[in-house]
Amino acid sequence: MNNQLNVEIPADSEVILGILNNSDSVLKRLYLAYFPMILQLVINNNGNEDDAKDIYQEAIIVLYNKVKRGDFELSSKLKTYLYSICRRLWLKRLKQMNRYGGDIKDFEDYLPVEDEVEKHQDRDMQLNKMADALKLLGEPCKTIMEDFYMHSKSMQDICERFGYTNADNAKTQKYKCLQRLKKLFFQQ
Amino acid sequence: MRDNQVTEMIERYLDGEMTIDERAEFEALRKKDATVETKFTEHKHFTGLLKQYSERLDMEHRLNAIHSEIDVYTLKENLMSHPSLVIRLWRNHHSKISVAASIAIFATLVTLFFTGYLTNQDPRYQQLAREVTKIKGEQSVIKGQINRPMPKTGPTITAKFRATGFALSSDGYIVTNLHVVDNADSVYVQNADGESFHTKVVYTQPEYDIAVLQINDPSFKNLGVIPYTFKKGKSDLGEEVYTLGYPTDDVVFGPGALTSAAGYHGDSTEYQVSVPVNPGNSGGPLLDSKGNIIGVISGKQTQTQGFAFAKKSNFLLKTIHDIPADSLSKTFNLNTKNTLAGLSRPQQLKKLRNYVFIVKVYNNQ
Repeated sequence: MNNQLNVEIPADSEVILGILNNSDSVLKRLYLAYFPMILQLVINNNGNEDDAKDIYQEAIIVLYNKVKRGDFELSSKLKTYLYSICRRLWLKRLKQMNRYGGDIKDFEDYLPVEDEVEKHQDRDMQLNKMADALKLLGEPCKTIMEDFYMHSKSMQDICERFGYTNADNAKTQKYKCLQRLKKLFFQQ
Repeated sequence: MRDNQVTEMIERYLDGEMTIDERAEFEALRKKDATVETKFTEHKHFTGLLKQYSERLDMEHRLNAIHSEIDVYTLKENLMSHPSLVIRLWRNHHSKISVAASIAIFATLVTLFFTGYLTNQDPRYQQLAREVTKIKGEQSVIKGQINRPMPKTGPTITAKFRATGFALSSDGYIVTNLHVVDNADSVYVQNADGESFHTKVVYTQPEYDIAVLQINDPSFKNLGVIPYTFKKGKSDLGEEVYTLGYPTDDVVFGPGALTSAAGYHGDSTEYQVSVPVNPGNSGGPLLDSKGNIIGVISGKQTQTQGFAFAKKSNFLLKTIHDIPADSLSKTFNLNTKNTLAGLSRPQQLKKLRNYVFIVKVYNNQ
């Protein structure tokens, strides 16, 4: 099935190394290698290609985090692992949409990954909360927070960007923004 | 120490901007002051979350870039199994289809149940006992009391069913349909003058739907000689027949002809007649032009208009014959002399109406 994409499937160990090194090319090869499998799973179980994309990207992120944390053991094939995560994610989504008819048409073997998916989705919820809190924060706080905490820019850069004449003013402003962000985050 | 100063220290510590001395001092502070330690953990977690969020955005961006290079539509075409439309509809909607089907089946059953199709009784055969509305029943009770010179305590509850019956003998035996008096608590008959008499059911014959009542009311006096006879033989097709009954409060004459020697579904105990009948006619007499009783009106067909059914008189006679002697308090003398034969139809009816009764059925439910 992969000849439509003209990619060879990368070796599992190569993928693990590539993830640890944050390699773009490995990520791309990984993505292209297994997307057709997940597309097949989703479109044959009441979904469309957009659903497949969402599910697949979520699964790749799960794999990435797992490898980065260092607890991915090569006990199963990467393919089986990705398939299992996607299958679980898709089942959950089908149930949420009330489109689950009680059976799922499988194309591969799969592993029990319920706990892992559960953990991932809890974390995902936290990140979504953060996204919402940032959206509510407003300017210039949002950009200050993004620049400092997310993009690791220095206070110097931030001072210049917003035209603060002294670093203390900028620090006070940053502190106030952080307090507001925390408040918004924990209120939700 | 001010809150923002603590935060600044935490950040400098985390970013590794502190000197070795400062670090030691800060770590000592964390050990000493629990609130500082809590702030430290919380801040680390929160900024960590921000960092993770940033990483996720970055990752999504990278993945979307890769995804945009895939020709999803060709891929999809190749991967789709192509089941027929019906199978796809079923797959996508089978839970909904199942629910719809259950509801449809349930609705059908409920409809059948309430229209009577699930009972053994054929609904197209309508028995003609009339369910009396409360108001009508009360009206007739009041009327009866006014007409009578000495009003007796009539029934205080209202009649549940009303039908017709006619005298078998001058001493108060009356015949009607069994389906009229079935499950009755008490049965009254009312004559053309509006007088009501209590009766008891002395015999029933479910096979022919016939019930024999006896007036056991002290105010009842002899009816006088019955003017009609009961025909033993069969009547012929096309014979002119008529009935007299109480589908309304007033007696109603129904003329017609005998249209078949067999009743509903070929029931050989019945005649089919083209006599107009309505609920309330049940139990009325069917007479031929000479004034012989040839049957007892018992039902009509609901699907075709104008057909009624009457139990044949020989089955009535058979029923009378079958009554055990000890159920009768008086001996049963059937009239053998017909005094209607030579009379014109209005004259016949004038005589006849004194022997035809409204049967009122009461049950306390």
